[in-house]
Amino acid sequence: MERSEAELIAAVLAGDAASFEPLVQKYSPRVFATARRYARRESEIEDIVQEVWLKAFDKLKSFRGEAPFEHWLMRMAVRTCYDFLRGHQRNRESSFSEISEPEEDWLERFVADPVSAPEDADAAKLLIDRVMEKLSPEARLVIQLLEIEDRSVKEIAEMTGWSVPLVKVRAFRARGEMRKILARMTKEKYL
Amino acid sequence: MNLAELQRKLVAAARLQKPDDRVPYTFEKRVMALIAERTAAARNVLWVRGLWRAAISCVAVAVVCGAVSLFTPDKSDSGNDLSQDFENTLLASVDQGDTAP
Repeated sequence: MERSEAELIAAVLAGDAASFEPLVQKYSPRVFATARRYARRESEIEDIVQEVWLKAFDKLKSFRGEAPFEHWLMRMAVRTCYDFLRGHQRNRESSFSEISEPEEDWLERFVADPVSAPEDADAAKLLIDRVMEKLSPEARLVIQLLEIEDRSVKEIAEMTGWSVPLVKVRAFRARGEMRKILARMTKEKYL
Repeated sequence: MNLAELQRKLVAAARLQKPDDRVPYTFEKRVMALIAERTAAARNVLWVRGLWRAAISCVAVAVVCGAVSLFTPDKSDSGNDLSQDFENTLLASVDQGDTAP
């Protein structure tokens, strides 16, 4: 018979570490999907997810069961991704000279007629990935959660541990930072 | 260039990207092996910490005993020094043997 999540957690807390495995199996796809939004290389993604699970195991005592386990785990995943971003800021200072041809074509199409440039084009996806990599860790996290994942300010505050006003301030700054990066990118290409 | 529109378009492009949730083969086994390794290491650390505490306590007791014996004045007026006491103890059985009928 399949044991419930609460039973598995209780068993782990009682010292049966093997009961943690079904939880890892069940929630790893979600944690991997989250990590892939913040890291590109597969080895880095695996390191992040591994760290999330080790932290979850170590801090399981602090899980009180008031919210679903998944929420608690995703909060840990987002915070681990944020720590990763803070530790890996190497790509931020590079220029946009390495933009590929399809990306350049998409930009040219956008310049000529903003409406005709398709949002579902691979080039647009590559461009947004490039822009996201150049944002500061705070800005990237806020843009990802607020603009791309469409989460509320309150939700972001709970996930990150920041206060609601701080999330709002960081969201305002993040949008400005993103616009500056876009301005730099278009200036490098078209001036 | 309309930067606000460009920003909107790119964010929309990011929204359309479905996150990849593939998990590497036997990833959960790897995590469990790491957890087991860490649990064993944590147990060793607990033992080592306990042994160190015990060792420190023993040293503290030895120091206190030493200090007490060093600074407590000898109240017995037997006049015998330690070497005499030691000799008496060592030869007690021989002395008893001499006095026995």
